[in-house]
Amino acid sequence: MTSEAPSVTAATPSLSAPTLRAARPRTAGSSHVGSVISQILLSLVALLFLVPIIWMVLSALKPSAEVFTVPPKLFGSEILFSNFAEAWNYLPFGRFILNTIWVAGVGTLITLVASATAGYAFARLNFKFQGGLFILYLSTLIVPQEVIVIPMFLVMQQLGWVNTYKALILPWAFTAFGTFLLRQFFMTIPKELEEAAKIDGCGHLRILRSVIIPVSAPAIAVLAVFTFITYWNSFLWPLIIVNDTSKMTIPLGLELFLGQQGQRWELLMAAATISMVPTIILVLALQKYLVKGIALSGLGGR
Amino acid sequence: MAVMPVDVTAVATTGQAGRKKRGDGKAATGFLTPSMLGLLAFTAFPIVASLIIGFYNWPVIGAHTFTGLKNYQTLLTSKEFHTAILNTFVFVLLYLPLNIVISLGLAVWIGSKSIKAPGLYRTIFFIPAVTPVVANAAIFSLILAPNGLIDSLMQTWFGVQAPNFLGSTTWAMPSVVMLSIWQGFGYNMLVFSAALDAVPASLTEAAAIDGAGTVARFFRIVLPLITPAIFFAVVLTLISSFQVFTQAYVLTGGGPGNATTTMVVYLYEQGFQFYKLGLASAVAWVLFIIILVITIFQFIGQKRWVHYDQ
Repeated sequence: MTSEAPSVTAATPSLSAPTLRAARPRTAGSSHVGSVISQILLSLVALLFLVPIIWMVLSALKPSAEVFTVPPKLFGSEILFSNFAEAWNYLPFGRFILNTIWVAGVGTLITLVASATAGYAFARLNFKFQGGLFILYLSTLIVPQEVIVIPMFLVMQQLGWVNTYKALILPWAFTAFGTFLLRQFFMTIPKELEEAAKIDGCGHLRILRSVIIPVSAPAIAVLAVFTFITYWNSFLWPLIIVNDTSKMTIPLGLELFLGQQGQRWELLMAAATISMVPTIILVLALQKYLVKGIALSGLGGR
Repeated sequence: MAVMPVDVTAVATTGQAGRKKRGDGKAATGFLTPSMLGLLAFTAFPIVASLIIGFYNWPVIGAHTFTGLKNYQTLLTSKEFHTAILNTFVFVLLYLPLNIVISLGLAVWIGSKSIKAPGLYRTIFFIPAVTPVVANAAIFSLILAPNGLIDSLMQTWFGVQAPNFLGSTTWAMPSVVMLSIWQGFGYNMLVFSAALDAVPASLTEAAAIDGAGTVARFFRIVLPLITPAIFFAVVLTLISSFQVFTQAYVLTGGGPGNATTTMVVYLYEQGFQFYKLGLASAVAWVLFIIILVITIFQFIGQKRWVHYDQ
């Protein structure tokens, strides 16, 4: 767990390389050795943790016959980057990716607009039943998705929306979560910021667009990234509502891959690698806000 | 997405709610309409409809007939459903403590003063939390398969074959748990990291001067201070772990036999493979009520162990 804590009595200047938190001098000697060991151990744990992902990439580069070998080999007899191109066209996985980008992109956009406007209403406007309505919003958050999917499936069937993008996008674009998150953030913005705009005679829409939203960029970025990722990874609902390959999203495509006779594991791993890239890039882009964003938004607990 | 336990009364009464001035009714209507229409159509209506469908025999094609409590009676006597409930509880009981201990342990380790570049480690451990669950499960299928990475390593190092993890009733559930832990603890690790960052250094330093060791400082000072975060994490992790589906469905298909058929896997099978939508709705409500009851008990029980500073 915790390793050696620096002793506050020590006045010896740190002998280590400049640390990121060099606010306090650190004891040299045993405590320093402990720190190094702790760092090395943690790095090993992190490496071990990444083995599945590393193995995925290595397997994606192997010839088909060399995915399963005893003893395991890091590389096959040749390194086949062509597996990625083949995976793209197989099934057709490229189509699944474009579908998912469209569904996740449009879904995120609608979520942001609906959440920002409703969040603004709850944070800045006065209206009847405001408190009660907000509690109603919050109470929808405790209902598990499983309760909703069956009637939703029947509705989609009635509307003729089975196997459509609409059906993949709309049902999850209006969750109370986004409204709640942005409302909480908007509440922290000092009202003085809007005064000038109000004096200039700006309407609420203008205030939201040119004052509130620019100030809320971090919260909006967090909401956008996690909404996008949720759409990108969503499985149960697409599994229910889509069976036409031309409308399938990545998770469905991977599942289809996995279920095929005579699996092409190297292609599956190439496809899995491709499917992970956007989500990893988004998280790296958001790295600075990660801890704060998670704490702020209550996205924890999976 | 997840729910955040907020003090609902506090949230609802802060802001301008107390001010009785001329309202912004018109503007509010405009701003709320998209969100409210969507929420009504895609959340409120389905919740009510689901409760009603649960009292019907409702096939996908053909007429539906009112059958009262029959679906619930069927579940009460169904051996498969009992197994599904049992499997779900086994999953939760394995997953929850492992998740909390690992995420808290790593958050403390990464946050300790001896670790440089903590952000890097946090990001690494968070990665599988955002990559598609189906992709994660596909990797584990490859690794856990006969002649897969683990089996191959065991043959090479020890000359013995590994069990057929995904094809064995003994190992299938632990495999599902392992995959879930690997991909799942990153969220809680970040929640705990945020909580640990907020612990004032002056408190732990004062205790250190008083001669408290690292372990004592952690259990007597740090741990009590972050109990609100732990409570939050436990509540949300419980809610989501009762809904476990994708890992079990993709990795083992609920099998072998029904060794990993969780409640939601059972719901999916009944609803969308056998097209018994009424029965599946009843399963959803049983699940909902279990989650609700456990969550309520947690909120009642929190007084005993969660310390909110006041």
